[in-house]
Amino acid sequence: MDKARGGKQHGEPMPELLQFCVSGLTVGAVYALVALGFTIIYNASDVVNFAQGEFVMIGGMTTVFVAAAGVPLPLAALVAIAVAMGIGLLLHRLAIEPARGASAVTLIIITIGASIFLRGLAQVVFDKQFHSLPSFSGDTPIAFGGAAILPQSFWVLGGAAVIVVLLWAFFNRTLLGKAVLATAANRLAARLVGINTSFVVGLSFVLSAAIGAVAGILVTPITLTSYDVGTLLALKGFAAAMLGGMGNPLGAVVGGLTVGLLEAFGAGYISSTYKDAIAFIVILAVLFVMPGGLFGKASVERV
Amino acid sequence: MNAPSTPLLAVEEIGISFGGVKAVDHVSFTASPGEVFSIIGPNGAGKTTLFNLVSGVYQPKTGSVRLAGETVTALEPNLLAARGLSRTFQNLQVFFRMSARENVMVGRHLKERRGLLAHLLALPSTGRQNRESTEHADRLLARVGLSDHADTAAANMPYGALKRLEIARALAAEPKVLLLDEPAAGCNPVETEEIERLIRKIADEGVAVVLVEHDMKLVMRISDRILVLDQGRMLAEGLATDIRSNPKVIEAYLGTHGTREANLALD
Amino acid sequence: MLKTVLAPRFAVPLVLAVLVVGLSFALPSNFYLRVAALVWISALAVIGLNLLMGYAGQVSLGHAGFFGIGAYAVAVLPAQFSLHPLLAALAGALAAGLLAYVVGRPILRLKGHYLAVATLGFGMLIAMTISNEAWLTGGPDGMPVERLTLLGWRVRGADTWYWITGGLLVIGAWIAGNLVASPTGRALRALHDSEVAARVAGIDVARAKLTVFVISAVYAAVAGAALALVNGFVTPDKANFMHSIELVTMVVLGGMGSILGSVAGAAILVVLPQVLTSFHDYEHMVLGLIMMVIMIVLRSGIVPGLASLLTGRRK
Ligand SMILES: Nc1ncnc2c1ncn2[C@@H]1O[C@H](COP(=O)(O)OP(=O)(O)OP(=O)(O)O)[C@@H](O)[C@H]1O
Ligand SMILES: [Mg+2]
Repeated sequence: MDKARGGKQHGEPMPELLQFCVSGLTVGAVYALVALGFTIIYNASDVVNFAQGEFVMIGGMTTVFVAAAGVPLPLAALVAIAVAMGIGLLLHRLAIEPARGASAVTLIIITIGASIFLRGLAQVVFDKQFHSLPSFSGDTPIAFGGAAILPQSFWVLGGAAVIVVLLWAFFNRTLLGKAVLATAANRLAARLVGINTSFVVGLSFVLSAAIGAVAGILVTPITLTSYDVGTLLALKGFAAAMLGGMGNPLGAVVGGLTVGLLEAFGAGYISSTYKDAIAFIVILAVLFVMPGGLFGKASVERV
Repeated sequence: MNAPSTPLLAVEEIGISFGGVKAVDHVSFTASPGEVFSIIGPNGAGKTTLFNLVSGVYQPKTGSVRLAGETVTALEPNLLAARGLSRTFQNLQVFFRMSARENVMVGRHLKERRGLLAHLLALPSTGRQNRESTEHADRLLARVGLSDHADTAAANMPYGALKRLEIARALAAEPKVLLLDEPAAGCNPVETEEIERLIRKIADEGVAVVLVEHDMKLVMRISDRILVLDQGRMLAEGLATDIRSNPKVIEAYLGTHGTREANLALD
Repeated sequence: MLKTVLAPRFAVPLVLAVLVVGLSFALPSNFYLRVAALVWISALAVIGLNLLMGYAGQVSLGHAGFFGIGAYAVAVLPAQFSLHPLLAALAGALAAGLLAYVVGRPILRLKGHYLAVATLGFGMLIAMTISNEAWLTGGPDGMPVERLTLLGWRVRGADTWYWITGGLLVIGAWIAGNLVASPTGRALRALHDSEVAARVAGIDVARAKLTVFVISAVYAAVAGAALALVNGFVTPDKANFMHSIELVTMVVLGGMGSILGSVAGAAILVVLPQVLTSFHDYEHMVLGLIMMVIMIVLRSGIVPGLASLLTGRRK
């Protein structure tokens, strides 16, 4: 690995562009993972899970506290993922399953209640401070095309890529994954061919929780974490999922990366106080032209 | 019985395709005041799609629609409704959260006074309007035999009743052209007979009725003229008696739809 | 017979008036009157949002933006242009309505979750403008609001505001009930169930959605103005998306398409946090838990849910 020659160089347009690209993609990768979590649960159950951001928080916070108790970081991370998966399962069993058949808004409010509950829980079990994790491969920036890039950025991007590939393999190469896809395509038909759709929905919650937790663990060394980081992440992840086209995994990834890039470039070139505004203006503009998102199919509603 | 006068509805060469499949392919027909014009054809022939094109729900790729001499192709359904075109739906499109009476009152929308301020402040004019619409709706419910259901939430009504509710709602707008998509589907013989009488009466009052229906006996009895669609294309058009003995029609039905309906058609 | 008395158009404002008058005797101190005034104000905004969501079936995750416009109008306009606070409130309501009218047409073409994200983004833009333009709005710290003076009488005191906001609520509920029972209201409920059938019935669906969007924006702005006047201070968090989500939650918790439900939903989410402060750190856990339990037990919301329980679940 190349040792950096010092801080980033100001004033040169190309390195600056690259710098914004990398930081945008890093944040965007996290949004993409949150959006993927939304997508997986939505496809399996039509539920828009606004507690998705809390999985990210749980991943980061649990790792911080377990590691602080003396457990080696990789093990702490595994514990955190397991905890998040357990909470995902409980969320499904205790809150979503009992309300099966309720309207979409009712289910959304339940997940909002769950998100408030989990935030409150984190506040009690952990604390209200900001926490960080050590970077996985040190903090020395890597010089790359004139820009200085944090090694942790590569971890985030690489981790997100690995998750996407694993998900793809799961859905296309395993029987269980195909059962999830079948359920997403047609719940009734899936039930008729003997798929336990309740199990599939539970699985989607567990899977989404794991993805969120991994995202939280990877990004905490860069962005810090605290009990309430989930709200904003859920918001951005939801916006990203919509930008891509709800229910479309590819759309979720592209949407997430796009929102991250928009924020980075908006903050860098236009105004850091209005960076969220810029992202949302672009989302609004895209939806006005493509009301089903970037990857939404233009179809005639059947009557 | 009703000598077809100048056509009120004139559809010319209309067409649309979905993903390369021509669901409706250059179809033309006319309908005149007082006549019952039926469109038949096997499942998937494009009958409902044709209705969707004529009523502005879908945008046609080819062709035109004229209503009372005026070109209205691809006009929004609400603008077509204002020009006197109304319809029912094969797959029920009822306002399930509303009572039967309110469903019909919505059908009256175009004839209702619309001052937002009067509505917000419940000015006397709004009260009068509500009473007027209520009475009108009750008369129509009686006409389709649903008086007993007036206060029932549509969600709690049986299928056959909802079919008639849709007719009442469509009639509330006092249409000049009425498109009925399988009004007798799922109805028992008694209900079917009631619907037949109702349709006849609507036509006799000067409405141009366009009917899509699978019940061949009903179609043969009630229709002045019939259009046969198959795979989006016009197979035949003419008087009921001609259609009955048209070999192409028999083949289309025998080929794709089994013998039962063909036999019915030949009855 | 009971049915006519219970016709929501007459019964709901009456019930609310009785509630406002009755509570004024029951509430022991100014603190409680103040909390009640906050409930009335939130309920007003929620009734407006319920017209949009519960009746017309169109979601908005940006209504706090309109709320903020009303609130900041009574803060900024008197301070900058020495406008009378009441005129400022009027201007705020007009501005919110106008803005809703302008953005409503493109936004309301979107459906479902896409509409949610678009309104969310739009609300964020308003909130961000408010918290970033500190020269005008005081930025994240907020700004003071000039006291309301009517014909030389300084409006102050928890009891005075209790009555004013209670009156506003009753009027707001009355107007909403009128709308629902009018041809416009029927059009809105119709397009909620079937847009295509509504269009075929002659309803200009885009226009109907726009109408109710504007009306609900005005409700939110009036509520925002009232809150600013009662508090004597405004902060940007009332324009924030968290407040938008809170308003939506109040609608659903109380019951979509129920005006009394709007008041119930507002009451729960305003009063609960006050009560739960005694739980200290457990406040959020309990709040989240209560929300989940209510929605699981009474799926259609508190008022419709209880109503169907009381009438023995007639289906
Ligand atoms: N919105 C749409 N998108 C895609 N394909 C459509 C759409 N609407 C209709 N089609 C297709 O067009 C063809 C004609 O369908 P249509 O519903 O008009 O048939 P129909 O004659 O009414 O049949 P039925 O007697 O079963 O009601 C079918 O192949 C159908 O799948
Ligand atoms: Mg059909």
